[in-house]
Amino acid sequence: MIPELGHFTLILALAVALVQAIIPGMGLLLRRTDWMAVAKPACLLQFVLVLTAYGVLTYSFIVHDFSVLYVANTSNSELPLIYRISGVWGAHEGSLLLWLLILSGWTAILGIASKHYPVDMAAGVISVLGFISIGFLLFSLFTSNPFLRYFPAPFDGADLNPLLQDPVMAIHPPMLYMGYVGFAVPFAFAITALIQGRLDTAWARWVRPWALAAWICLTGGITLGSWWAYYELGWGGWWFWDPVENASFMPWLTGTALIHSLAVTEKRHALRNWTVLLAIICFSLSLLGTFLVRSGVITSVHAFASDPTRGVFILAFLGLVVGISLSLFAFRAWQLRTLTPFSLISREMALLSNSVLLLIIMLTVLLGTLYPLMLEALGGGKISVGSPYFSLVFIPLMIPVVILVGIGSVSRWREDTISNLSKQLRTPAILAVVFASVSLLFLPGKVSFTAWFALLLAFWVINSLFTQLKKRLRHSKNLLQDLKRTPRGWYGMILAHMGLSFTVIGIGLSSVYSQEQDVHMLKGDDRTLGEYRFELVDVEKITGPNYKADMGTIRIYKNEKELMTLHPEKRIYNVRKNIMTEASIHSNLLRDLYVSLGEQRDINTGAWSVRLYYKPFILWIWLGGFVMVLGGSLALTDKRYRTSLKQEEIKLDDNNVLAN
Amino acid sequence: MSSQIDKESRLSQKPKRLIYILPLGLFAVLMVIFFFGLGLNPRLVPSPLIGETVPAFSLPKLSNPNELIQHTVLKGEISLLNIWATWCASCKHEHPVLMKIAQSNEVQIYGLYYKDVPSQGVAWLRSYGDPYHENAVDEEGKVGIEWGAYGTPETFLIDQKGIIRYKHIGPISWNDWKTTILPMINTLRNNNDV
Repeated sequence: MIPELGHFTLILALAVALVQAIIPGMGLLLRRTDWMAVAKPACLLQFVLVLTAYGVLTYSFIVHDFSVLYVANTSNSELPLIYRISGVWGAHEGSLLLWLLILSGWTAILGIASKHYPVDMAAGVISVLGFISIGFLLFSLFTSNPFLRYFPAPFDGADLNPLLQDPVMAIHPPMLYMGYVGFAVPFAFAITALIQGRLDTAWARWVRPWALAAWICLTGGITLGSWWAYYELGWGGWWFWDPVENASFMPWLTGTALIHSLAVTEKRHALRNWTVLLAIICFSLSLLGTFLVRSGVITSVHAFASDPTRGVFILAFLGLVVGISLSLFAFRAWQLRTLTPFSLISREMALLSNSVLLLIIMLTVLLGTLYPLMLEALGGGKISVGSPYFSLVFIPLMIPVVILVGIGSVSRWREDTISNLSKQLRTPAILAVVFASVSLLFLPGKVSFTAWFALLLAFWVINSLFTQLKKRLRHSKNLLQDLKRTPRGWYGMILAHMGLSFTVIGIGLSSVYSQEQDVHMLKGDDRTLGEYRFELVDVEKITGPNYKADMGTIRIYKNEKELMTLHPEKRIYNVRKNIMTEASIHSNLLRDLYVSLGEQRDINTGAWSVRLYYKPFILWIWLGGFVMVLGGSLALTDKRYRTSLKQEEIKLDDNNVLAN
Repeated sequence: MSSQIDKESRLSQKPKRLIYILPLGLFAVLMVIFFFGLGLNPRLVPSPLIGETVPAFSLPKLSNPNELIQHTVLKGEISLLNIWATWCASCKHEHPVLMKIAQSNEVQIYGLYYKDVPSQGVAWLRSYGDPYHENAVDEEGKVGIEWGAYGTPETFLIDQKGIIRYKHIGPISWNDWKTTILPMINTLRNNNDV
């Protein structure tokens, strides 16, 4: 009975979504405010309904209702409670419901905050989001209903994929989805602006916090996912250029371009059409990601569920949404174009170049992801392009992006001169060379150009940020007060760029200085890796809540002093009989020691295959990601995003009074 | 000098109308590709190598980099040469099928480990199982080019005389094995007996 309730609320949600999409939308076109007023209650009701459906599915997981097909396929009576809750999005049907929940959640927040925007703008945005919701509700109800029953109910469930039985995996997908789906809001703003013909600096200020919030979630989600891959997959790698990883990375690239382009539009009224296009592309890539992951056109370790009818549905939806948006762009943006001049040497130009570069990088990633598919469409077979292609094109394109971050952050708006720029950038450049060279001396291992260059780029960014700080406080009389008065958005920007340089350091140094050994070890054997000596003390059998495992005990010594003991495991999950490698890692800012247990090679002698890794500075890759999230969040709390429309009007009135 | 540049270089923000339509055009092309991508299945692509003797190579073995493996091992018995790498997601899908083929003892599978780091391949085989009789390490991908590989996985069927008989692009499914490759192997075997 309870699952049917979920099914029923989902159908109701579809009806409400139709109202939410059509009535305010018509109101916008016919200029009727009473119709527009439907937007807010409709989107709130829709959120409550989707939340109820979601709650029902979660309940079915918690109480082990295996008569629900989806629960039977993704859960098991031995599954711990936390993974029963996160298991809701462990496969296709549930993750689609999560998609819907997050979409209606963002829309509801927008509905509550709608007093900050003009009535017609808010109605338009909520209407567009309603149309997207209709598409996904239809998709869910017709091709991927999570509430389908299965008679007779199986005695027990097939269990959650063990790869997903991990605390980080419990938060990574919702975070990623919040980012993906979050870009629907800037998209809806862009479409409304195109329809209304209102594309001004106020519009950019309204969109900025939404784009930023989505970007923060996506950055956090990608960082967590990469970290998870590092410790859970047991390969010591942290990015695989897997189609699903690319699906989340592409909107991140354009999302990064979008938040920068929005800044230009708000501050300088320039690049307006470019901003709109980026907002459309960003959300299109989110939809494309859903299509790629869910349709099975590209085989991937991530695609837990794939089904061609679903593919056709998403493809049609994708074509409809993106096709209409880009047609609208083709005709309206042309009419809305204006001329806001800026010089070839200016901050606008630096930001524009960077967003163009990010778009090009996105296109190369897209090409690499789709190349196998295109080849297939042209008569080839399914093949993978893989990391050789991506490392070949990604790194050379990313280097100018990082260099431009430094140039952009010190150049002036509208117009700057080469002589002025070179005067300002001389010190950071020289210092970057000095810092990079000096830090190289303190690093263990051979002198490497790659490591030096990565450090150079990182210090270049950090130094230029300090130059900007200095420039800001140039005329300051009261340092403390001026620092206090500096808006949080600015500090957030500084922090996020710091994060970028940390990630550059992490990638550069860990890829150059990592060492690994893949060895057979008997109990009592030891191996040396850099300054560290690893000794295999013991391997014993242990039993977990839903798995059995061999657990190794490996003691690590440095200069013959015992440092720590690590316990890597080789697990066999009871239900699916999957074998999982649980690596054991000791991390600090300087290095990771990473141990994973392979198979027992020889039962007679008791030799185990063991992988040992020494990975310096690898933690910085994710540290950088989290610092970016922190910076973004700080910028999000900036006061000016919270001024409501009324306050703005009051301010305007005050000004008028003063003027009079 | 810079002030001159400024005057001349005011960016005219009046791009041609066509530029505004460009995104739509690109997207239309993508949609066509997706549409065909959904409908099509992996299928045979004619390879110029079919009917030819195997291209020569001499590469280090994955199991022991100090020993070399040569194309001559492909002569004498019917064998499969599978091009793979750890960065290849489709190879991960194909791997269980290769394991089953190896267990069936119908044919020997050789691997060409393509554009990848040897230690990762060793670790992969240790974790997932090793269906290969022997693996040749083609770290730079030069031999792969000789063989006409344009991605992974690709698999060649080679007869007793070392002549390439068939090329399969993309992961081999159990169905491909049962309906296409195994019958070809049986035919080759019978022809040889006669």
